[in-house]
Amino acid sequence: MAATATGIHHRSYSSELRLRATRAEYVRLGLLTLLLLLLPFILDNYWLSQANLILIAVIGAVGLNILVGYTGQISLGQGGFLAVGAYSSAILSDRMGLPTPIAILLAVLLTAAVGTFFGLPGLRLKGLYLAIATLASQMIIEFVIRRWDWLTLGQGYLNIDRLDVFGFQIGGRAVFEQQWYWILLVLASLSVITARNLFRTGLGRSFMAVRDQDIAAEAIGVNIPRAKLMAFAISSGFVGLAGALTAHYSEVLSWEKFTLDVSILYLAMIIVGGLGSIAGAVYGAIFMTLLPELIRQLSLGLGDSVPFIADQLPAVRNAVFGLVIILFLILEPRGLDRIWHRIKDYFGFWPFRY
Amino acid sequence: MSTFINQLAYGLADGSILALAALGFVLIYKATGVINFAQGEFLLVGAYMFYTAFVVLNLPLVLAVVFGLVVATLIGVLVERLILRPMVGENPISIIMVTIGLSSLLNALVQAFYGTSPRRQPNILPRGSVDILGATVPINRLAAIAIAAVVLTAFTLFFRKSRHGIAMRAVADDQQAAMTMGISVRRIFALAWALAAVSALIAGVLVGDISAVDQNIAAFGLLVFPVVILGGLDSVPGTIIGGLTIGLLKQFTAGYLDPGLATVIPYIVLVLILLVRPYGIFGETRIERV
Repeated sequence: MAATATGIHHRSYSSELRLRATRAEYVRLGLLTLLLLLLPFILDNYWLSQANLILIAVIGAVGLNILVGYTGQISLGQGGFLAVGAYSSAILSDRMGLPTPIAILLAVLLTAAVGTFFGLPGLRLKGLYLAIATLASQMIIEFVIRRWDWLTLGQGYLNIDRLDVFGFQIGGRAVFEQQWYWILLVLASLSVITARNLFRTGLGRSFMAVRDQDIAAEAIGVNIPRAKLMAFAISSGFVGLAGALTAHYSEVLSWEKFTLDVSILYLAMIIVGGLGSIAGAVYGAIFMTLLPELIRQLSLGLGDSVPFIADQLPAVRNAVFGLVIILFLILEPRGLDRIWHRIKDYFGFWPFRY
Repeated sequence: MSTFINQLAYGLADGSILALAALGFVLIYKATGVINFAQGEFLLVGAYMFYTAFVVLNLPLVLAVVFGLVVATLIGVLVERLILRPMVGENPISIIMVTIGLSSLLNALVQAFYGTSPRRQPNILPRGSVDILGATVPINRLAAIAIAAVVLTAFTLFFRKSRHGIAMRAVADDQQAAMTMGISVRRIFALAWALAAVSALIAGVLVGDISAVDQNIAAFGLLVFPVVILGGLDSVPGTIIGGLTIGLLKQFTAGYLDPGLATVIPYIVLVLILLVRPYGIFGETRIERV
C-alpha cells in the first residue's frame, strides 16, 4: 500500500470513502485533466492517432484487469472477445442500419453474453485449466470469423462507414484524429471511473474474495458462480466496447487484428501495468502501445552503428516484447503501478529512507 | 478403404508426434507445476538447432543429433534456472505469463537469426511409399510413428526403472516428502525441463522432416493443449492416448469433412472435455482444502 495514505485522520465516513484524500492528489488529478484536455492541441496527427490507440487499449485493458487482476481468472480469449464486439457493432450499424450508438451498446451486451458463455468452464476450473479453456475460445471465435461467410462477407474482412452519430459525422483527415480523441477520451474516462468504483461495491468486493481464496469466500456467503460469471460478463462488456470502437475508428476490419497475439498483448499490458490495479491497466496500455514506436525510433537512431536491429525490426520488437514481460514478472511482479508508488514514497519521505 | 488406411497412417503419424510434444509439457507440469506455453517454441528451436548442425555446419547425422540433444538440454536447464526459478511461489497467472513471454522471445530469436522463409533440409527419414491393403502409405510417416513409439517407450521405462525417473515421480507426488528423502528437488526441476526440451527437439525434427523447417512448427505446438486436456495434464500414458486421438480426429475431419474445420476441431473437443470431465481421461482430480 502506498505510504502517502497514512497520517490522514478521517473524521467522517464520507471522508474515509473518498477516492482522493490529500490536496496533492487533487492537484495531480487537476494537472492530468488539464494535460488530457490540451493534448490534441499539442500533438500532431500521427501522435494523436497513437493517443487514440492508447485510449482504446485503456478500455480493453481495464476490462481484462477486472477479470484477471481482480477476480483471478486468467483469460487468453481477449482477442476473440474484441472481435465479437468489433464485428457485431460493424454488422449492426452498417448492414442492419441501426444508429451507431445503439449498435455499439448492443455489441457490448452481445460480447458480455459471449464472454459469459465461454466463462462457463470457469465455474468448475481455475488457473491453468481456465487459461486453456479461454485459449480454445480464442481459436473458435477466430475460426468463426474467418469462415462464416454470411457474417463477414467472406475472408473475414469488413469495411465500415465513417462514424455517424445521429447526423453528426466525423470529418476528414485534418480533424479526424482530433474528433475521435474527444469521443475516446470521454469513453475511456467513463470506463476507468466505472471500473474504479465497481470495486467499492459488494459485487466488486466479491470478485476480490474469489481471487484471494474462493473456498473461504464461499464459506462466508459469497455466491461464487454468480461472482465468476458476472466478472466475465462485466469484463467482456468493456472488451466489447473496445472492440466496437476499434471497428469504427479503423473503418476496416480483418481477423488478423484479433489473433492470439492480441490476447497476449493485452495480458502483457496488465502484467506490466500491475495486476489488480485500474491505474496499472492505464499505465500498461500506454507503455505497451508506445513500445513498438519506441523501438522503431531507437532502431532509426542505432541504424548506422547496429544495422542488425534495423534489419530485423519485427523480430527485435517481438523479442523486446517477450523480454519485457519476463523481466517485469521477475523483477517487479506488481508492475508500473508499484514503481509509481515507490517513486511517490521516495519523495514523500525524503530525506529519510523510510 | 484405401483412403481410410491412408488417413489412418497420416493421423497416427501426426498423433505420435503430438504425443511427443505433449510428453515434454506433461513432464514439466508434473514435476514443477508449471504450464509451459512455450512448448511449441521448444519444438521450433529444436528443429532449427538440428537444421543448423545438419545443414549449416554440415555435421554427419549422428553428430547433428548429439549436437541437437546437447543444445536442447542446455536450453531447458537455462530456462529453468534463469526464468522459472525466480518465479517459484508466484501465482499461476504470473507463471503462465512468464512462459508466454518466453515463447515470444524464443520465436523472435529464431526469426531474427533464420528469417521467416521455410528451410529445406535433406531427408532424414526414408522416402518412398509402401502398399498396405491397397493404400499407398509414405514410409516417412511410418518411420515417424516408429521413432515416436521408441522414444515414448524409452521415457516410460526411464520413469519406471531408473533412479532419476523414480525420483521425478516422487517429486511430482509430494515435493516436501521427496526432499526429506534426500532428493534434490532443484536437480529434478532442471531434469524435467531438459527432458522436455529433448522430447520437443525430437518432435520438432520429425515435423521439420515431414513438412519444412519454418515458423509453423511453433503453431503445431499449440495443439499440445487439446492433447493434454484430453489425456490429463499429469498423465504420461494420457499424452499417448490424447495425442493419437487428436491426430486421428484432425486427419479424419480434414479428409472426410472439411480441411478448414480440422484446424479448430481439437479446440472444440477441448472445451467439451473441460465441461464434462475437466481432469481428462487419466488426470488426477485435485481436492482442495482451506
